Amino acid sequence: MSATSAPLAPAPRPLAAAPARPAWRSSGALGLGIATLWLSIIVLLPLSAVVARSLDGGLGEFWDAVSSRQALAALRFTVLVSLATAAINVVGGTLIAWVLVRDQFPGKRIVNALIDLPFALPTIVAGLTLLTLYGPRSPFGIDIAFTQGAVLLALLFVTLPFVIRSVQPVLIELDHEMEEAALSLGARNLTIFRRIVLPNLVPAILSGAALAFARAVGEFGSIVLISGNVPFDTQVSSVYVFKLIESDAPVSAAAVSTVLLLVSLAVLIGIRGLGHWGARHDR
Amino acid sequence: MISVTGVTKRFGDYVALDDVSLEVPDGSLTALLGPSGSGKSTLLRIIGGLESPDVGRVVIHGEDQTSVAPQRRGIGFVFQHYAAFKHMTVRDNVAFGLTVRKRPKAEVAAKVDELLEIVGLAGYQKRYPSQLSGGQRQRMALARALAVEPKVLLLDEPFGALDAKVRADLREWLRKLHDEVHVTTLLVTHDQEEAMSIADQIAVMDHSRIEQVGTPRELYDAPETPFVMRFLGPVTQLGEGLVRPHDIALSLDARPGSFEAQVARVVHLGFEVRTELVLGDGQELAVQLTRAEADELEIAVGDIVHVRSTAHPRASAVPEPEPDVLSA
Amino acid sequence: MTVDRRWRISLRVLALGYLALLLLVPVGLIFFRTFEHGVGGVWESITTPAAIHAFQLTLEVTAIAVPLNTLFGIVMAIALARGDWRGKGIVNAVIDLPFAISPVVIGLSLILVYGVNGWLGGALADAGVQVIFSVPGIVLATIFVSLPFVVREVTPVLREIGDEQEQAAATLGAGGWTTFRRITLPAIRWGVAYGVVLSVARCIGEFGAVSVVSGKISGETETLTLLVEKRFANFDLAGAYAASALLALIALGTLLAMTMIKPRREEGDA
Repeated sequence: MSATSAPLAPAPRPLAAAPARPAWRSSGALGLGIATLWLSIIVLLPLSAVVARSLDGGLGEFWDAVSSRQALAALRFTVLVSLATAAINVVGGTLIAWVLVRDQFPGKRIVNALIDLPFALPTIVAGLTLLTLYGPRSPFGIDIAFTQGAVLLALLFVTLPFVIRSVQPVLIELDHEMEEAALSLGARNLTIFRRIVLPNLVPAILSGAALAFARAVGEFGSIVLISGNVPFDTQVSSVYVFKLIESDAPVSAAAVSTVLLLVSLAVLIGIRGLGHWGARHDR
Repeated sequence: MISVTGVTKRFGDYVALDDVSLEVPDGSLTALLGPSGSGKSTLLRIIGGLESPDVGRVVIHGEDQTSVAPQRRGIGFVFQHYAAFKHMTVRDNVAFGLTVRKRPKAEVAAKVDELLEIVGLAGYQKRYPSQLSGGQRQRMALARALAVEPKVLLLDEPFGALDAKVRADLREWLRKLHDEVHVTTLLVTHDQEEAMSIADQIAVMDHSRIEQVGTPRELYDAPETPFVMRFLGPVTQLGEGLVRPHDIALSLDARPGSFEAQVARVVHLGFEVRTELVLGDGQELAVQLTRAEADELEIAVGDIVHVRSTAHPRASAVPEPEPDVLSA
Repeated sequence: MTVDRRWRISLRVLALGYLALLLLVPVGLIFFRTFEHGVGGVWESITTPAAIHAFQLTLEVTAIAVPLNTLFGIVMAIALARGDWRGKGIVNAVIDLPFAISPVVIGLSLILVYGVNGWLGGALADAGVQVIFSVPGIVLATIFVSLPFVVREVTPVLREIGDEQEQAAATLGAGGWTTFRRITLPAIRWGVAYGVVLSVARCIGEFGAVSVVSGKISGETETLTLLVEKRFANFDLAGAYAASALLALIALGTLLAMTMIKPRREEGDA
């Protein structure tokens, strides 16, 4: 029996727009619609209000608000301390991730679980504990409350997991054979780390650092107690915005917030870009 | 009977199926055989309703099913990677189609037990798929598909993920199952040995088209294109024609239609002797002789001998056809 | 690379030392300071009417926000992982925003929409609904900050599992809803569970946004985290520690749940 050519003319059908998912089509579209509506109402609507209201007094007032001495000082301090946080996390986070993946010691699993503590602990509690430990009633005698160092400390606490959790899976997946090949070619440990391991970790480290930076820029609860919020000294932008809200200056608050929003957006886009860059060698 | 008429399917710019037509007789075991990318899985999925064709029709048992959802086609589908419901026991997996149809519990239980018995998994009711071997999972998948008494059974490279021994065992077992159950079965495979050993009819596919349809014997003995000939068995090129290696005769003297060749190597493989030759145009070929034949001919390296095809002329085909320009 | 023993020990000490100073010691100290003067005072401290109300309010708000975001999360995850539509990039970016924005800005944004002078606030006030400085405002803020967790956990699980099981269910006669209920949902349940745990932790721990929108009216719009701050501001250190210890305990419970669920996320384990 051989293949028969069609005796009847086949009824032509329009090109399908997308591969049919037979059972999902209509209900899927409805679900997506509702979910997007939710997303818009909860997130987009309020955020667009910030941007819109910041321009309530026109561009001039917007510029005045974001370039006032106090606003600039707060922004400068915020960005610098957040960069420092990210930088310290790059080193510390990679180190801790390394130890957690490559080393063995009793209690490692507990330590690994505790890394997520800053995610689980309310920021105000974090602030209080740090104040207790490194403030006026410190059992160590170390009192750094109301200093810029205190802000850095608080930020290091809340951003601890980011780089670690970003690097760990990459380290686990890392192809041991690459390192073994390097060994067989005569490379020493430090060289292997520098030229084989580290380059493969860089995208993960950077994206973790970017997340840490974004978190640090916006952090409020852990800083509020320990920093003393001294304007021009230890005041971060989020606290400055809070003060503006309290002094009933919503437009100025919105203006400074818009700047912070732009910083966040830039970081988010950067992270997505990093994701693509990092995956370019995956085969 | 399944009747596919003029089916074309594109994914973006890529043409997966190009004006394909096929008829699958009732109760037969038909294989869709071809290399990867030939469109066989796409054709199977269109028959099953998991994809829909851009152009063409699918008629199953006299009813036009082209735009009917898979739920309502009365088909059973077996996937290459089993698609087992990992969070359900073997029993719940097999019972799934029946519970969806709200059959009474007693009937479901009896049917499940019966099917597990048939596929050789009796007693495995309470196990989970993760506790089964690959071959067992696939047998469970078969039981699951058969539970709803499909009119047509579709298998997409069902043994592709299993190792060679399991594959060979399961394919024989599938044939026996088919002989007992007699469901129209359509099997996609890239393994010509698999298709040849169990199918009643084979449709050979390449580059989104059906090249030839026939019984295994017909396809092997009377291939209509060089592709079909090459895909279904070993070929040797002699001059302008393609010949099966076992259809080549070797003689010391020239015969009508023979080609001159020089002996390059003589390998003694126990009972057989493989003679490696080089033709005048530099092409290499190997001819298998029995010890007796080799002894009689007394061949040595460097000798000039003559080879010719002893096959029926229809088996030869013009080599290197122009690649088809697919219709836009 | 096999690191030699000396290096390995030094790295380990460095890492653990950093973690201890930054993480373990502070949290341990909270519990120490809390129970320094005995358990009795602590119990009183967390059972004052204000404290009980704060606890109830926090739980109430969480009980509203988490199920809503879970529903959203599952629907959106399916749309992202299984659907074929344009704009996924933008939607992904918007979903990530709550992670990247300062909670104070979030609070401000809600005031600007739902406050008396806000876009919708006026109309709502006329209808007798007060959002800002009232519980609905706290709910909205909490929903905002905990929005991404379930989506972010379920989407990769759906991608990882693939949709073959769902196709198989279709060939066996199951319609859309049956397939979702019996195949998809069980397959993603651990991803959902993990996302829920993270959401709950985030809801309970929210401070900045709630600080802005709640008005901190004791006994009415004061959550547990706001209670901690208020007590600290009133020099009631013991009270602040006690409430903190309670929150820390909840956090540790969260960690425990996370640790238990994490390994089960990928495969639809029985």
